[in-house]
Amino acid sequence: MAQRKIGDVILEVKNISLRFGGVNALTDISLDVREHEVRAIIGPNGAGKSSMLNCINGVYIPQEGQITFKGKSFSHMNSRQVAEMGVARTFQNLALFKGMSVLDNIMSGRNLRMKTNIFQQAFRNPWWSAAEREEGEHREVVEKIIDFLEIQAYRKTPVGRLPYGLQKRVDLGRALAMEPSVLLLDEPMAGMNVEEKQDMSRFVLDVNDEFGTTIVLIEHDMGVVMDISDRIVVLDYGKKIGDGTPAEVRANPEVIAAYLGTSD
Amino acid sequence: MGFFLETLIGGLMAGMLYSLIALGFVLIFKASGVFNFAQGAMVLFAALAMARFSEWIPQALGFDNKVLGNVLAFAAALLLMVVVAWIIERFVLRKLVNQEAITLLMVTLGIAYFLDGFGQTLFGSDIYKIDIGLPKEPMFLFESVFPGGMLVSKEDLYAAAIAAALVISLSLFFQYTSTGRALRAVADDHQAAQSIGISLSRIWVIVWSVAGFVALVAGMIWGSKLGVQFSLSLVALKALPVVILGGLTSVPGAIIGGLIIGVGEKLSEVYIGPMLGGGIEIWFGYVLVLFVLLVRPQGLFGEKIIDRV
Amino acid sequence: MRRAGSAGPLHEPPWGAATSGSVGAQFLMIYRENGQFKTSYSSDQQVFAIAQDRWGILLLLVFAVVGVPLLADEYMFRAILIPFLILSLAALGLNILVGYCGQVSLGTGAFMAVGAYAAYNFMVRIDGMPLLAAILLGGLCATVVGVLFGIPSLRIKGLYLAVATLAAQFFVDWAFLRISWFTNNSTSGSVSVWGLEVLGFSIATPQAKYLFCLAILVVFAILAKNLVRSHIGREWMAIRDMDVAAAVVGIRPVYAKLTAFAVSSFIVGVAGALWGFVHLGSWEPAAFSIDRSFQLLFMIIIGGLGSIMGSFFGAAFIVILPIFLNQALPALGGLVGIDISTAMVAHTELMIFGGLIVFFLIVEPHGLAKLWSMGKEKMRLWPFPH
Repeated sequence: MAQRKIGDVILEVKNISLRFGGVNALTDISLDVREHEVRAIIGPNGAGKSSMLNCINGVYIPQEGQITFKGKSFSHMNSRQVAEMGVARTFQNLALFKGMSVLDNIMSGRNLRMKTNIFQQAFRNPWWSAAEREEGEHREVVEKIIDFLEIQAYRKTPVGRLPYGLQKRVDLGRALAMEPSVLLLDEPMAGMNVEEKQDMSRFVLDVNDEFGTTIVLIEHDMGVVMDISDRIVVLDYGKKIGDGTPAEVRANPEVIAAYLGTSD
Repeated sequence: MGFFLETLIGGLMAGMLYSLIALGFVLIFKASGVFNFAQGAMVLFAALAMARFSEWIPQALGFDNKVLGNVLAFAAALLLMVVVAWIIERFVLRKLVNQEAITLLMVTLGIAYFLDGFGQTLFGSDIYKIDIGLPKEPMFLFESVFPGGMLVSKEDLYAAAIAAALVISLSLFFQYTSTGRALRAVADDHQAAQSIGISLSRIWVIVWSVAGFVALVAGMIWGSKLGVQFSLSLVALKALPVVILGGLTSVPGAIIGGLIIGVGEKLSEVYIGPMLGGGIEIWFGYVLVLFVLLVRPQGLFGEKIIDRV
Repeated sequence: MRRAGSAGPLHEPPWGAATSGSVGAQFLMIYRENGQFKTSYSSDQQVFAIAQDRWGILLLLVFAVVGVPLLADEYMFRAILIPFLILSLAALGLNILVGYCGQVSLGTGAFMAVGAYAAYNFMVRIDGMPLLAAILLGGLCATVVGVLFGIPSLRIKGLYLAVATLAAQFFVDWAFLRISWFTNNSTSGSVSVWGLEVLGFSIATPQAKYLFCLAILVVFAILAKNLVRSHIGREWMAIRDMDVAAAVVGIRPVYAKLTAFAVSSFIVGVAGALWGFVHLGSWEPAAFSIDRSFQLLFMIIIGGLGSIMGSFFGAAFIVILPIFLNQALPALGGLVGIDISTAMVAHTELMIFGGLIVFFLIVEPHGLAKLWSMGKEKMRLWPFPH
């Protein structure tokens, strides 16, 4: 693992509680994420990991607590604001735009940076159009991402037709296209075989290495988590039961009990 | 005051009839997830069948008893509606199991056009009478309280009573019988229902038949009021706001929605209409629903749509 | 023994079995992209990326501009070609809203009406107003109304939205009937126009009307195609496919939905103005009733949602079908010895129309455009089966 300079706290979540009717998805969770690190969130199914990401991302609104990002505090986030501030994410169940091609899906990640107005786009032509130029510029960036993720052959295919593993790469590609400073990955390796997992881990680490992107990662595969994370948070039943380096978390008796059960 | 109450009661009764038609929509949507734009055409088709059968059957069998004629005609029309339901399930619904909502909507629109044409081919396109013995003279109530009494149409009263009886019995059917439970299971989750052995095809035929029955009763009532003619299929367009207002999946919603729209239409036509040039009934229900939806996008009693990511 | 690459017994070329097989068959592959390598993103992004497509469209346009006016008679212009062009335009507008952005609208007739009546008012109340300007201004009025009735789409979705759009339909129906200012105080809501001219050229003849509509359609089709392949088009499609995820990528649902309503209503409004001015000459609110709305919806569904070409296919299908049935049914009846009255024709038309819609939706829910692109895929490989 290359040595990265891990910076100050870039994202902090304080005393977040999230309830759905009678169900407590998250109870009084606090955690922080440092710049350039790979931070994993782990825990048994239903522990509230995705809900945590959804709160950071503005998809859910927590009843209590505060989220601080790059120094600014919010009681809840707004999805678009979060995107503008430089946070991108992938989804557990793949929230791809099924009707569009791979290329279009990843291009949609460039949306925040495309500035031409509707009239310029309507009068687009190959000879003197600002919209045409802009489209070409962003296409170059997206093509680099497509090369990086090794999905060149599929760029014009509608994503709905691709196998699951490739769809996951497109999901990652779309998030990368936003050039985020923080990347939230929700089980990026779910449903993959060993080879695919190795590829995906490589992509994640490369992104962290080359661009210094802070990664917050939900993952079930303990091997992967212990291997690539700098620090880990453990959740169980919506509460935090562990927080620290992989070695610390591995030795934490509460964590062991949650995963393996105790032998009383 | 007397006039206001008259209008109010007239609205309630009209609303009851809207609810009856709305019920057909709700039943089908609950059980098969299809928004049946053909409900109006079904009302017309059923009414045409009943009207013509009530002529033809006494002729064919050679008797003169009106009541018997009507009963037989009703039974024959009901049978026809069941056949129609079976055909729709077998040849249309089964092939469209996983399609998007708009495709299903358009298919029912196609079915509507087909039924309109087919009904008129089979039964003719003149105006026909249905006479089920609903009294036509108006009643005057509360003559001691209001001078001249309140004008209430006996016909509407009987019609509303029939509609109410039907609606209540259907609600009970849904709640307390095993078929009703199966219908609710299917409405909740097709695959889960199938996995516990409920036959989707059978349920759908039942539901569309019940909707056909509802259409027949509605057609019978409206038909005896207005005569059976093509414009009957447009009655469904009046029931759409009711369905949406009540929430697409709620039977009590259809009832309450119907009453609200019925009363609202009548009151607004009488009190606001003259200020705006009249004829506002055609859009009042829809605009009312629009404003309600802005506040509650799922209708008054509908299920909240939660997007899971 | 089958040789590898052999095209099969049905495709034996006439120069004999010795050279049959892949080499011979390749001569027949006229519709393939071999050798057409794109060397820049710009050329890959073109609308008609395959050279054969470019030539095809060019030929089609030349035929439409030169060939058709020479070959068609007045009946064809009035009954088929002009309605086809104008309704294609309206279908195009509706497809942007429903097919690309996923917002179901059942009130399209209302927006056509607004375009028509607004253009009428501009023509009648302002001296010397040029026709084209009046039509475009009518479109702009439709845009305003469209955005207004589009605001509910920010809260309401799916079937609920569909029924809410009917509020627009019925309200506008009523408004043009009862509010006499809109119709220059005509009691029945009916108005008429005459003496149309564009840039000094009178467009009274069917040929002139046809060319006028064709020009407008081509321009709008180009603008629409540009929009749907640019980032606003992707925003629309993202909203259609998954609006929660769209927000996460930074797309503003409000902007996307309202621009879809705006662009769509503008195009539909212009089509409405053309329908009233060029096709009908005089009209009343019933010309833009709910039947028209359903008709347009059928067009884009049968033609193909989310496809510019699909709008044309659908419009052609829906325009030609009743005319075809009108001719064919009595003829067929005559063959079998049944005398089919006009009423019967009307009823049978309804049945066949409804039946075809059902059949179509079962067999190919993605519409004629999908069949067309599947056909092109087969052509790319022809004469090979795969």
